[in-house]
Amino acid sequence: MNPFIEIITQPDNIAIVIMIFMVSFFMVWAFQQAFQNDRLIASGLPVEGENDGFVDTFKPLVRIELIIALVVMVGLTIWSIAVDAPLEEIANPTITPNPAKAPWYFLGLQELLVYFDPWLAGVVLPSLIVVGLLAIPYIDINPKGNGYYTFSERKYAIIIFSFGFFVLWLLLIVIGVFFRGPGWLWYWPWQEWDHARVVYEPTKDLTSIIGIDSRSIPGIIIGGIVVLSYLVGGMVAPYLYWKKNNPELLKQLGMVRYITITFLFVTMMAIPIKMILRLVFLVKYVWIIPWFGGINF
Amino acid sequence: MKNLTDITDKVKKNLIWKSIFRRDYRNTVRDRAMAVFGNVFLHLHPVQVRESAVKLRFTWGMGGITFFAFIILVITGVVLMFYYHPSVDQAYTDIKDLEFQVPYGVILRNLHRWGAHFMVIVVMIHMFRVFMTGSYKAPRQFNWGIGVFLLVLTFLLSFTGYLTPWDQLGFWAITVGTNMGAATPLLGYQGPFSELLHITPYNDVRFALLGGAQVAGNALLRSYIWHCVAIPLVATILMLVHFWRVRKDGGISKPQK
Ligand code: HEM
Repeated sequence: MNPFIEIITQPDNIAIVIMIFMVSFFMVWAFQQAFQNDRLIASGLPVEGENDGFVDTFKPLVRIELIIALVVMVGLTIWSIAVDAPLEEIANPTITPNPAKAPWYFLGLQELLVYFDPWLAGVVLPSLIVVGLLAIPYIDINPKGNGYYTFSERKYAIIIFSFGFFVLWLLLIVIGVFFRGPGWLWYWPWQEWDHARVVYEPTKDLTSIIGIDSRSIPGIIIGGIVVLSYLVGGMVAPYLYWKKNNPELLKQLGMVRYITITFLFVTMMAIPIKMILRLVFLVKYVWIIPWFGGINF
Repeated sequence: MKNLTDITDKVKKNLIWKSIFRRDYRNTVRDRAMAVFGNVFLHLHPVQVRESAVKLRFTWGMGGITFFAFIILVITGVVLMFYYHPSVDQAYTDIKDLEFQVPYGVILRNLHRWGAHFMVIVVMIHMFRVFMTGSYKAPRQFNWGIGVFLLVLTFLLSFTGYLTPWDQLGFWAITVGTNMGAATPLLGYQGPFSELLHITPYNDVRFALLGGAQVAGNALLRSYIWHCVAIPLVATILMLVHFWRVRKDGGISKPQK
């Protein structure tokens, strides 16, 4: 069978295919409604739902809930009749499958292991995702766009969230499911998996590129300067910019919010930056701290 | 027609029927309201809701669908528990029995597994909808927070269930996943700073998760109890708070300008 068909019709992967279709559908629907409301706002008209009244719960709401429940039940039943849940060989600690993949919704995080050490990819970054999500309502002080779809009134919030959700979370999952084979090597879906394949990638640490050993003191200092200036620079630059162009905004945000927002944003952007460094420039670590059990960035 | 009224009269005008339903339903304003707050399940709802709550295009019904997926999982999960022992000797063969011996066992298992995938998918889409309508803004900040915990619990529910069939897929997925615990700063034996606390493979986070240094019998028991008892319990409580807050925050959000 064509490997591409084979991989997308693996029972567990059908869920990912369904996810791709559902997520795309709702993404389009959300943005379509957002743009539609934007047009209404631009012409000074009330947005969809602004003049809505009330209806009885019984029956209009109960009816639609029942219909949705039936549709979901029928859909799941068909899915369950058509596709059988996989059951592999009995667990055997002595035979490691290659690749050993986490459940699909964690594959984005597993993909991050290519670019970061486990304490970052598996512990710190996931925790920061949760913290970041929790923080959203408290750091987004834009009063507009409350209770309706809109893009124009909250562009930055939507762009940043969408980047995190669609690219860093969902796209990495899709890559982990469909594009990673033995040895976590990249395979196109139409490529046959080859367990003997070895890819020699001469990765280097950032300072080694300019000829300084990354584990020597100068290397550590230079690496530290690069990482810290990214962090500090990324957090200070918006301040300087807004101070000049939009001091009102800074005042509204306040220090705590400002620091939280910029820290989360700079950390989030470190992910694609490190990915590019690793994939394009074959950089393994930017900064190595060889003490305390190894803290490498 | 006469006969039909006769029959309904017979069915309704007796002590048993009246003890169950207490009153007649007559499509009046009062009775439509009574239908909601006289029923423990419908009572989650207010008597009247905003039109947008009924329009699919606004909420996509996604939170409700997530909840419905959860209910399906509870029901199929309880039935599965009748056929399953969380022990290394029996778990795998129990699943084989479900496939080959138990009547409709395959469908049962499939519904539970695909239902779980489905719930993970729809909870993410629900979060996306809430974000896109800005429904986390005042006064709903706290309920968004409850939601984030529900999101995490949904992942954990699915994750802990992965090990239960005790097959290669689950075993190695859990091995990969819990190895991350070993990398926790301070508290994992491979994590930075762990030496400061004298952390070893036998007293770190991973050990606590697995009930041992390897994925074995204790890990199976632990994941089973997290999966079937502890997490569903917490998730149920949080869902109740979530629904309660949807109402107390003024129902489904409406455009505030
Ligand atoms: C097990 C998971 C969850 C269940 C069962 C659930 C259920 C629901 C339901 C039934 C509603 C009513 C409106 C609707 O259907 O959209 C709702 C609203 C809401 N949910 Fe969830 N939810 C879950 C997870 C989440 C998550 C992950 C978030 C966000 C991070 C979230 C945030 C909210 C908020 C803020 C509202 C109010 C929305 C509004 O008023 O428009 N929920 N939820």
